[in-house]
Amino acid sequence: MSERLKEENPLLDIRHLKQYFNINVGSFQRKPLKAVDDVSFSIRRGETLGLVGESGCGKTTVGRTVLHLYKPTAGEVIFDGRTIADKADVQYLRTKATMVFQDPYSSLNPRMTVSDIIGEPLDIHRAYRNKTERQEKILDLMDRVGLNSEHAARYAHEFSGGQRQRIGIARALALNPEFIVCDEPVSALDVSIQAQVINMFVDLQEQLGLTYLFIAHDILVVRHISNRIAVMYLGKMVELADSKEIYDHPLHPYTRSLMSAVPQPDPKIARSSRRIVLSGDIPSPLNAPSGCPFRTRCAYAQECCAESVPEFQEVEKGHFVACHRIKEI
Amino acid sequence: MANQPLLQVTDLRTSFFTPAGEVKAVNGISFNLDRGKVLGIVGESGSGKSVTAYSIMQILAPTGKIVSGSILLDGQELVNAGEAVMKTVRGNKISIIFQDPMTSLNPTYTIGHQLVEAIRLHTNRDKKQAWDRALEMLRLVNVNEPEKRMKQYPFEFSGGMRQRVMIAMALACEPDILIADEPTTALDVTIQAQILELMKSLQEELGMAIIMITHDLGVVAQMCDEVIVMYAGSICEQGTADEIFYNPKHEYTKGLMRSIPTAETAGSKLQPITGTPIDLLCMPEGCPFAPRCANAMKICLKHPCERMLLNKDHMSACWMNVKEGIENGVIEPEETKGGEEE
Repeated sequence: MSERLKEENPLLDIRHLKQYFNINVGSFQRKPLKAVDDVSFSIRRGETLGLVGESGCGKTTVGRTVLHLYKPTAGEVIFDGRTIADKADVQYLRTKATMVFQDPYSSLNPRMTVSDIIGEPLDIHRAYRNKTERQEKILDLMDRVGLNSEHAARYAHEFSGGQRQRIGIARALALNPEFIVCDEPVSALDVSIQAQVINMFVDLQEQLGLTYLFIAHDILVVRHISNRIAVMYLGKMVELADSKEIYDHPLHPYTRSLMSAVPQPDPKIARSSRRIVLSGDIPSPLNAPSGCPFRTRCAYAQECCAESVPEFQEVEKGHFVACHRIKEI
Repeated sequence: MANQPLLQVTDLRTSFFTPAGEVKAVNGISFNLDRGKVLGIVGESGSGKSVTAYSIMQILAPTGKIVSGSILLDGQELVNAGEAVMKTVRGNKISIIFQDPMTSLNPTYTIGHQLVEAIRLHTNRDKKQAWDRALEMLRLVNVNEPEKRMKQYPFEFSGGMRQRVMIAMALACEPDILIADEPTTALDVTIQAQILELMKSLQEELGMAIIMITHDLGVVAQMCDEVIVMYAGSICEQGTADEIFYNPKHEYTKGLMRSIPTAETAGSKLQPITGTPIDLLCMPEGCPFAPRCANAMKICLKHPCERMLLNKDHMSACWMNVKEGIENGVIEPEETKGGEEE
């Protein structure tokens, strides 16, 4: 990673993170599936880093590996200057960094009441002295995410999708974290509700000084909420830049097609804009192409792209790209 | 009869009879669909957009029933037409792609088996021809290694892949109308672009009409000629895509347009519609959107607004339009039944 980002004393520093899963391929044969392959990035305090990419590109795995929900195969996670290595470090990380899950329907236990769902992290980390304090904390959290305190004794199925996501956010906030991984937190919600929840994320960030890793596939949402955006493809990071910069001037061929594929909610723009439609599908990570992962679908691919993996380099200030032919295209 | 629309829906009402009471999921909607046009139906979940589609296909859940109204397909009445007629309509004339690719394929049969079954049911192809057609369709929807994929089961497919199989199945018989119920919601943007492009090109090639049901206004802007905005089972606004996007007249549509993130909103606050969608079991007396509407007036809470033709391409059902009309001197106050209450 570049010197520039190191200097800024980031809250979270990810270095050469790798996450391989051993997958059965045929009888007695196992093969590593490289879900995340050598990803490095850092997130400054109070910043929102958006992470976009197609399904299967490893963005959720990055989020989970950062929180050590999966033990990384290789690489370092440095949170607030502390390298996460042993069990005690993971315990520490879990109180400082939490997660909001994608599906508000399956991520809440249907047999628990709202107050128990929100109180569970408090119970696990013994974050209260007595029952009154526990209840106070829960009600305070519910108030913070705009849930009515009368609903504390209800079960998750009694709530709409937007309210359930609020319960999930309240649970993530229970231990006063500094960092939250938001894994597609609004993609299951309706447009009008989505806007409410996005605004809440922004408000909470301002009030509590939170740092987000915002994983989503909706680029319009990510651009709205993020300071910087990272684009992943097949387990590798291909581009990272300020959100305006990456949206207006994408450099990597994959990012270009991704940005042009975003359906614009404006008929005239939608009709006139030329979409760069990629042929084919994302290759299986089990048989990832040699060299640049994108070369099989890239219009600019040449021999050099198959030979070596392009380096993730800074081409302009704060704009990182992994492409062999970046200077020519 | 050359000007007869392909599909004519008039005052369609569909209700679900639940133990808690009657849920008016679709509450008196009317629209026409011309040959070769793309009609978008947008709305939040629970607004009745999917039920509209299921009513046209008559594949409602057992508790659901078309209460009244008429659905004319090429002049043929489909409401109360009977199962025998519907069997000739479904798949051949109207096909549907479902919202949820996870549950719309049978997990116990191979993809090939299911595709061949659908093709043989609706055409005269023999097994071999149907198999070839299925392969061709899978290639068309960009499924890698179709020969291998045909022999696989749905669980071996990703969500996006399953949706492509569904699209292949729906398009295999070249229907007149394709109802696409949130077809790309589960897909990635690059794949979504491929699928939308594919649907658009097939639509132009075959002259097929598409009813595009979605909550994604971006998809609507890209695909649709006409747009219907639904809320709580009624159409609140209807018009050409340009009219709806650039000149929204209903307060709900305006709210929807404001709540999508765009280049201008980056770094600032979005303006969401407050509150949550209404409970269809206890519908308010007046306009269904009034409880969430920032500009609701007294009349909105008492009387629902009739749909009014604003210009030849635009209809809206909002008392605000009447108010503006009166202020601009276009409408005489007596013309409206509740005008004096404002």
